[in-house]
Amino acid sequence: MSSVNSKPPAPAVRIDDSQASSKPAGAGGAPRAKRRGRRPGAATLTVFIAPALVLFVLFVLFPVLFAAYTAFFRWNGLGGLPTDFVGLENFKTLIGDEVFLGDMWRIGLITVLSIAVQLPLAFGLAMLLHQNFPGRTAFRLLFFVPYILTEAVTAVLFSLIFSPRRGFADSLLAGLGFDDRIGWLSDRGLVVFVLFGILTWKFFGFHMILYLAGRQNIPEELYEAAKVDGATGGQLFRYITVPLMGPTVRITVFLSVIGTVQLFDLVYVLTKGGPFHASETLAITMYEQGFVRNQIGYASALSIAMFLVSLVFALIYQRYVLGRDLQGSLTNGGRA
Amino acid sequence: MSVTTKRGKLLRNTGFYAAAFAAAIFVATPILFALLGGFKDNEQLRENSLGLPNPWNWQHYTDVLVDATFWRQLGNSVFIAVASTFIVVAAAAAVAYVFARFEFRGREGLFTLFAAGMMFPFAVAVLPLFIILRTFEMLNSPFGVILPQAAFGLPLTIIILRSFFRQIPGEVEEAATIDGAGPWRFFLQILLPMSRPVLATVSVLALVGSWNSYLLPLVVFTKPTWQTLPLGVTQFQGEYSSDTAKVLAYVMLAMLPALIFYAFAERQLISGLTSGGTKG
Repeated sequence: MSSVNSKPPAPAVRIDDSQASSKPAGAGGAPRAKRRGRRPGAATLTVFIAPALVLFVLFVLFPVLFAAYTAFFRWNGLGGLPTDFVGLENFKTLIGDEVFLGDMWRIGLITVLSIAVQLPLAFGLAMLLHQNFPGRTAFRLLFFVPYILTEAVTAVLFSLIFSPRRGFADSLLAGLGFDDRIGWLSDRGLVVFVLFGILTWKFFGFHMILYLAGRQNIPEELYEAAKVDGATGGQLFRYITVPLMGPTVRITVFLSVIGTVQLFDLVYVLTKGGPFHASETLAITMYEQGFVRNQIGYASALSIAMFLVSLVFALIYQRYVLGRDLQGSLTNGGRA
Repeated sequence: MSVTTKRGKLLRNTGFYAAAFAAAIFVATPILFALLGGFKDNEQLRENSLGLPNPWNWQHYTDVLVDATFWRQLGNSVFIAVASTFIVVAAAAAVAYVFARFEFRGREGLFTLFAAGMMFPFAVAVLPLFIILRTFEMLNSPFGVILPQAAFGLPLTIIILRSFFRQIPGEVEEAATIDGAGPWRFFLQILLPMSRPVLATVSVLALVGSWNSYLLPLVVFTKPTWQTLPLGVTQFQGEYSSDTAKVLAYVMLAMLPALIFYAFAERQLISGLTSGGTKG
């Protein structure tokens, strides 16, 4: 497979071979040419492969397949295996479920907002921090801090900031002369936007770091040559920076969407999906159905839907958006 | 862009600083609110939420620091993060070594199987995992969290390590073989020591992933014994919902280990995140 990454607690990004960290000292630039077709004994192979394979089969493959299986049953999770086979019933319920449809709508909304606001903000700050001015390292370190904080802990902090009992946000507004109490997290129309603001605070630094790395990989010679030819600042940006940042931008859009589809920790701790499901995510709906209401079959259908949404998006995105990156600017995007 | 005059440079820098400071205020305000809020009492939080604490009140921080629950949760988080990191890196290094340096039938298929694991959102597996762990009476056992976490970390770790291992020149291995080293000695005494930087990178990613995880501990640790810090913070908020200043102190102290870790491992963290490549 040409590597789809879709698990953002540990986000992953394609790179080219020029990342210093991924290169052993002295390896020069000669990958794989020297590999020998050595044939080790079966015993050795087994010992090296078994631990990872056993872990993976027991705790990743089997649970995922089991979720796919139980999605076709009505089951409360008790008493051995599920027996009440209902076919596609759970999925039929799903596509008529307003909460599920709301989850999908919010994925779209947060995606659009991220692409319109969060990623441009990150991009702008990355371009800023690429400039040489004293103190920029301190800013870079600071901007990344929100990303390293635990989502659940961040959510507790923001629930206090936006607390209905005159939280910090209200005091801040009062300090600016607006004395209204706003139901930041209790207003059904507003809550998604407050959530988006928090997500921006938490995640823009991650995208910024990726843009910064992408920008640093553009050879300065290109800019110098263009300047010699009389290009203006705007032209440099338009004809060098933007096209060469393309692959990085496309990756961050991808990671952002996948992250949005899988949102849980931050939102669950902040609002539990409320009020009235107004900030609910797919994973929260799944959690509520599975762990609170013991509708294991239906919850499994939800989790399969989440997987399919990620997968379909990933495949389409790979095919139509990332496809050219994999052939050109990135070394061996497929297998080696 | 080529601003050469002193005046122009000054103007340019002023613009940079204005933008950078605006973003810095946006980022720092919530954290400062937690840090300073922990030093206030609740009346100050209401009446003087924007200013500095007056007087500074150390009570909340010292309360948390003498709280055995806080230290137990911290210890649990550390133990679980270290154990799952050790397991995922050890298991992934072994299999990545085989993928990178040996030819055998089914190698690519097996690698694809592991790599496909990247596509499964963790939330898909959490219900079945819960049922499996309950069946094997592993609920409330630290390994109920450690092993699934390690397993879900495998795909990324294997992909990164494999691509690093295959860049190590074949001559190194030949020299070792001539000197009589078998696959085990080569792996343990040459390959792993040579790979220290990338091992540091994948370890940092695994540590951070485990440290931050919330959903799995939430469903596995129904009793307090093994509960980790993220669970602890949310519960503390539930218990002391009317005592905002105390919760802020708890939040701040729960953030501190990550901040300290970031200060020391910033390079590994950033290189892991930006190069955590999927070249496989």
